[in-house]
Amino acid sequence: MNYLIGAFKPSCNISITFADGKSRKQVPIKKENGQTVMVPLFQSQENISGKISIEPLQGKKVEHNGVKIELLGQIEMYFDRGNFYDFTSLVRELDVPGEIYERKTFPFEFSTVEMPYETYNGVNVRLRYVLKVTISRGYGGSIVEYQDFVVRNYTPPPEINNSIKMEVGIEDCLHIEFEYNKSKYHLKDVIIGKIYFLLVRIKIKNMDLEIRRRESTGSGANTHVETETLAKFELMDGAPVRGESIPIRLFLSPYELTPTHRNINNKFSVKYYLNLVLVDEEDRRYFKQQEITVYRLPETS
Amino acid sequence: MVERAEDEEKWLAAGIAGLQQNAFYMHRALDSNNLRDALKYSAQMLSELRTSRLSPHKYYELYMRAFDELRKLEMFFKEEARRGCSIIDLYELVQHAGNILPRLYLLCTVGSVYIKSKEAPAKDVLKDLVEMCRGIQHPVRGLFLRSYLSQVSRDKLPDIGSEYEGDADTVVDAVEFLLQNFTEMNKLWVRMQHQGPAREKEKREKERSELRDLVGKNLHVLGQLEGVDLDMYKETVLPRVLEQVVNCKDEIAQFYLMDCIIQVFPDEYHLQTLETLLGACPQLQPSVDIKTVLSQLMERLSNYAASSAEVLPEFLQVEAFSKLSNAIWKVIEAQVDMPIFGAVTLYSSLLTFTLHVHPDRLDYVDQVLGACVTKLSSAGKLEDSKSTKQIVALLSAPLEKYNDIVTVLKLSNYPRVMEYLDNRTNKVMAIVIIQSIMKNKTCIATAEKVEALFELIKGLIKDLDGDLHDELDDEDFKEEQNSVARLIQMLYSDDPDEMLQIICAVRKHFLTGGPQRLPYTIPPLVFSSLKLIRKLQGQDENVVGEEASASPKKIFQLLNQTIEALSVVPASELALRLYLQCAEAANDCDLEPVAYEFFTQAYILYEEEIADSKAQVTALHLIVGTLQRMHVFGVENRDTLTHKATGVILVELHLFIKPVQPVSAETLI
Repeated sequence: MNYLIGAFKPSCNISITFADGKSRKQVPIKKENGQTVMVPLFQSQENISGKISIEPLQGKKVEHNGVKIELLGQIEMYFDRGNFYDFTSLVRELDVPGEIYERKTFPFEFSTVEMPYETYNGVNVRLRYVLKVTISRGYGGSIVEYQDFVVRNYTPPPEINNSIKMEVGIEDCLHIEFEYNKSKYHLKDVIIGKIYFLLVRIKIKNMDLEIRRRESTGSGANTHVETETLAKFELMDGAPVRGESIPIRLFLSPYELTPTHRNINNKFSVKYYLNLVLVDEEDRRYFKQQEITVYRLPETS
Repeated sequence: MVERAEDEEKWLAAGIAGLQQNAFYMHRALDSNNLRDALKYSAQMLSELRTSRLSPHKYYELYMRAFDELRKLEMFFKEEARRGCSIIDLYELVQHAGNILPRLYLLCTVGSVYIKSKEAPAKDVLKDLVEMCRGIQHPVRGLFLRSYLSQVSRDKLPDIGSEYEGDADTVVDAVEFLLQNFTEMNKLWVRMQHQGPAREKEKREKERSELRDLVGKNLHVLGQLEGVDLDMYKETVLPRVLEQVVNCKDEIAQFYLMDCIIQVFPDEYHLQTLETLLGACPQLQPSVDIKTVLSQLMERLSNYAASSAEVLPEFLQVEAFSKLSNAIWKVIEAQVDMPIFGAVTLYSSLLTFTLHVHPDRLDYVDQVLGACVTKLSSAGKLEDSKSTKQIVALLSAPLEKYNDIVTVLKLSNYPRVMEYLDNRTNKVMAIVIIQSIMKNKTCIATAEKVEALFELIKGLIKDLDGDLHDELDDEDFKEEQNSVARLIQMLYSDDPDEMLQIICAVRKHFLTGGPQRLPYTIPPLVFSSLKLIRKLQGQDENVVGEEASASPKKIFQLLNQTIEALSVVPASELALRLYLQCAEAANDCDLEPVAYEFFTQAYILYEEEIADSKAQVTALHLIVGTLQRMHVFGVENRDTLTHKATGVILVELHLFIKPVQPVSAETLI
């Protein structure tokens, strides 16, 4: 789509194609207008190369002051709409000022691009990667074309991955010991653990394990925190007694998780928590929240 | 609570409607091979089982419908697997369900297909399923879920000879699975007792009763495993089951499960594990009706003993009798509040057992009676009819078994038990004893045995302490005494000396009977004595010479005194007849003085005691008739007696007909 600034009709079609477009994996993203499109998937340190094709329309010729392509990594804060922060900006000049009166193709290449942060679409913030082609014109405005792509980065399994084991409770009321087999889980992992009841003096109705995502944007006085419960998984139905051990087996694949993002460019963080909730007969809720780290494991083909 | 019942009906109807609607959509998904939708709608359908609003009875109705629908889903899963869908993936997929109850029902359903596919060892899947079911801690929902697990896994256990048996999978794993499921189910079932308000206890207990077979089923399945042989039962199954039974400390569960164990497993196993099984009894809650449990056990073992003679040595080998009697003793000691009825029932069962298994060991039988006596002694004379009925049953058992009172008389504790009966029941028992003797035509052939027997039936022979004469119903009394009378025929010895001893013993007892009894008891005694005399008649007179030995003379002497006793009743007419009978017998023995004496006594009665004119006529006829038959009298005696008769007759005639002429005595005679 052409973004026309100061003109009424599009004067040319710009298409951006990737060199390995046919073989590269595509993933869906939701655009601002609600539509879902498939875009190529890259990871950091990859080469991003391809071709730009500019085709003037209706026999018109396009006079320009230069054609360039930029690779941008952007963080956009929603509460500060339009506030884009480019943490990565690479440019390739494609053409010197001149005229385009017939279809012209320009190859481009960005090699070993540092893309340390993953694509992220959140409640108050998003991080995106985009190729931007600009045909500069003095009057009549520049012609711009965008092509999104997704970046995902992979982490090998952590060398140290301790289990989380704790005894918590309320004096004389409820003592439990919970255990989760790891503190770091990958996106298709399984949370395996158990809840052991040491003391039960309240009438429990049931017990759930929630996965909560906390997205914090901004800093200092301007910090916004959005918490979302992504999963509510029932662990137990009914009232246990002292000595009961309830197994946990929660598969993460059905849920829309992302890796943990810590202090991305000092702009935002995305953290995940396991929230164990016990509900009693009077609907009082007793909870214990515990942070976990989520990471993306390389996919085995 | 009519409202509650109506509400429940409503909830059930709503649950069924919801279930059926989701089932409909599920079927559609199955038909179009839409796995995603099939899972979605089946999970929704199963959500109806999350309700807390239904009593177990109604919940069962909902559960059965869900069960039927899940069979269709299971078939679909099987088809999917055949078509190449990964069972392992399916096993994971169903675990994505957010609510735990639908998740676990689906998991068990897939698990069933998983085991059948043999892609994983049966034991691994079974272990996982039984573990994951822990998530349901609600008693009713948990019980039904685990029951479902039990049902779908039933034909997939790695039993010996089953297709699921492998190197790693053995019957040990099957047993472990069943024991774990059983333990968890029992825990849930017991937990119901303490839920809810105290005032609803009765309702809760009724609901528990409705659910008990779900728990017991696990034991049934265990009992049917080929691989559960005696060793496996002894080493693993019984100790684990008993552990749970004892530790749960719940009266209802303990009673039901002990009974289950006894009914489900073979009698041979019970014999071989008797000590372990009995060892659990004192550890149970004091309120458990242990006597019923033990009685059931003993009954089963009795029947086992009766089934084949080959098993009897086993009973001896395991010392069944001593183990059982010890166990009973311990239980009675431990449960101080046990009513007498309970203790007697226990001893009754033990006695039946002993009679079946060790009929030759009278010492065992006596031991049981002795233990009973010990218990009864702490209670004193019994008042309640339940207990007395039970004691009668206890005492009747040896009679029925041996069909020989003589054997029973050897039981030293038998009369001691009878001491504890109230007078009325004592007599009932005495009649039972006599009936037994008469039925079996048992002959009691020594004076010693007669003494023992009379000790038992003394309630019929004489008045016992506390007897009130008004209490005696005429008919009943007559029956009683007639029984005693009939009994005399059975007291017999071929040896005349012994027979005399018997007669003396009987006489001694009868004479304590009092005026109301004598008319019934004396006659048979007299005839018995006369029988002896007749027997002695045939013998050589020389033999009959010693002091101690029987002789007709001696017996006649005894008879005289015996018949005399009837004077206290008074029963003159009867006595007269008896005297005359004796006179005739004396006549046959050629004992003139004896015969004369008897006539004298008869005349005395006639002249002094018989007042009624009709009776006088009858008596006179008898005297005359008897006199006619006498050949032993010499002229003098005959004259005297005749004169008396005629004198009497003349007086008689004078009364009845107008004296026209004195009639010659000769003519008449």
